[in-house]
Amino acid sequence: MDLFHNLIFGFGVALSLQNLLYCLIGVTVGTLIGVLPGIGPLGTIAILMPITYGIAPVGALIMLAGIYYGAQYGGSTTAILVNLPGETSAVVTCIDGYQMARQGRAGPALAIAAIGSFFAGTVGTLLIALFGPPLADVALKFGSPEYFSLMLMGLVAAAVLAQGDMVKSLAMVVTGLLLGLVGSDVNTGVQRFSFGFPELSDGIGFVVVAVGVFAIGEIITNLGDKEERRVFTATVTSLFPSKEDMKRSIGPILRGTGIGSFFGVLPGTGPAIASFASYMLEKKLAADPSRFGRGAIEGVAAPESANNADAQCKFIPMLTLGLPASGVMALMLGALTIQGIQPGPEVMTQRPELFWGLIASMWIGNLMLVVLNLPMIGLWVKLLQVPYRLLFPAIMAFSAIGIYSVNNSSFEIYLTALFGVFGFVCMRLGFPPAPMLLGYVLGPMMEENLRRSMLMSGGDASVFVTRPISLAFIIATVLILLVMVVPAVRERRLDMAD
Amino acid sequence: MNVKLSNNKDVWAGMMLIAIGAAAMVIARSYPFGTALRMGPGYFPIILGALLTLFGLFILARGLRRGEAIAGSSSLRALIILPLSLVLFGVLMEHGGFVPAMIVLIFGSATASTEFKLLEALLFSVALTALSVAVFVWGLGLPYPLITDFN
Repeated sequence: MDLFHNLIFGFGVALSLQNLLYCLIGVTVGTLIGVLPGIGPLGTIAILMPITYGIAPVGALIMLAGIYYGAQYGGSTTAILVNLPGETSAVVTCIDGYQMARQGRAGPALAIAAIGSFFAGTVGTLLIALFGPPLADVALKFGSPEYFSLMLMGLVAAAVLAQGDMVKSLAMVVTGLLLGLVGSDVNTGVQRFSFGFPELSDGIGFVVVAVGVFAIGEIITNLGDKEERRVFTATVTSLFPSKEDMKRSIGPILRGTGIGSFFGVLPGTGPAIASFASYMLEKKLAADPSRFGRGAIEGVAAPESANNADAQCKFIPMLTLGLPASGVMALMLGALTIQGIQPGPEVMTQRPELFWGLIASMWIGNLMLVVLNLPMIGLWVKLLQVPYRLLFPAIMAFSAIGIYSVNNSSFEIYLTALFGVFGFVCMRLGFPPAPMLLGYVLGPMMEENLRRSMLMSGGDASVFVTRPISLAFIIATVLILLVMVVPAVRERRLDMAD
Repeated sequence: MNVKLSNNKDVWAGMMLIAIGAAAMVIARSYPFGTALRMGPGYFPIILGALLTLFGLFILARGLRRGEAIAGSSSLRALIILPLSLVLFGVLMEHGGFVPAMIVLIFGSATASTEFKLLEALLFSVALTALSVAVFVWGLGLPYPLITDFN
């Protein structure tokens, strides 16, 4: 079996001492920031990215991925214990998880969340291993028109399916595409939008945009919120769920994993949507729906499995097609590019250690989260007591060191400050910042593929609809846009955003 | 439904997009546009700028029709202090060294919070600076002078 052969190869890579260490660092940092509200995986990955320049691409990717799924895990811990979603994906877990904690059943809730996440993570890992290679095979046959249409579909879907205002999301994608064009044009060498600054001739640094918007902008926004933190810390007595708990949870975990995997491969849908959908499904299926909201264990098992499955499956389009389906995946793609790896289907054949090593590490990382973090819950909860007034200056400091260390350039620090202000303004005006990052990452590739397509076709734009695969992507793009204009769907979407 | 124009979210949002889109188009006009067959460096930016302007007009019109106020509160203090602290960090890294840059950045940022406490912030900035020196300069070997003579 090829699959087993590959997986064994991947485990060989991931189990090297170095990569195990990177994985451990990643999931620990991830749990930490998942626990702490006010800093999310996007900001953290952006801040830590400069550190990864010095290590091998596999290690870098393993660590950054660990931060991502570790954060999902940490977010659920605080949701259950203090009714505070450390990450947006844990909002739904708060509902029943916190009620369970108030009834003195915090331990079983945490354990089920961990078991559900682990199961979902395992399935997600298997799905990537199963569907990754055939998808990449298909993608290898793509020409420029197919790539252009695919990116168009990805960007439109990401903007449209994301929570919040659809038009504003699309506008942010376009803004990101423009930002991506800054610097020398690859074909002619013309300096675009560099305003005479030689520092901009290579484009705006990826880390500058990401840290500026997702770390600095986020802090400025947070300091405006006058919301008080409610601290009720439940004590964890016994971790072990009862037989009854286990029996009730099996179904929700399986269904949650399914829903999460489905939403995972769709671009734009964050883990929040997957966990919400799975919660609603369990409530519909339940014999006694009134138990939900009062500490039903199904209400913890389902969304926790769903958001983890979603997080893992988001890697499928990124690794096989080079198409980021979310802000975090855009960062991963950026990390690959900085390491000198051209993302796309070739990665799997040319750098198999990267693909299979990462997959294997995700399974190991999920195991680490269960084995290492459950006993450490007390420590994580203590961390919650670090006041934000100390936390944010520390984030500022690490952001600044991270950015400065890339090129030893103060110019990039000033630029980051500027993007911080821009990010703040965007959030205040209701623009979601993540789509901008997608556009920014894909901008140069999209332009390049557009140019090549037009050269190929002799300047005839119909090339995008005469080639069948490209046509399929275009039709899908139009369908996605149409569906969203239908009022019923739109209202539903607004409900979910609340 | 009567939202003051100065507090109308979509009006501001629309104007911002129009400004960015229009600026992109104006700047990109000086780059060779090329033809559909051989696109010049100006082709893609002008399309994007036009698209952005259209989005902006749509959102502006929507804001004028049914206005929505900018919700929540924001901290002008943070908006000024945090970027300023970063800028000071940048200047001090070139003219003062790592230690003054870090202390000014951390202490400066801390003043952005309404819960700012002088003594706590001072101690915290010194402690975190010491930690950063140990980890980043001595540990990871980043080549920054700890302190220079402010030239």
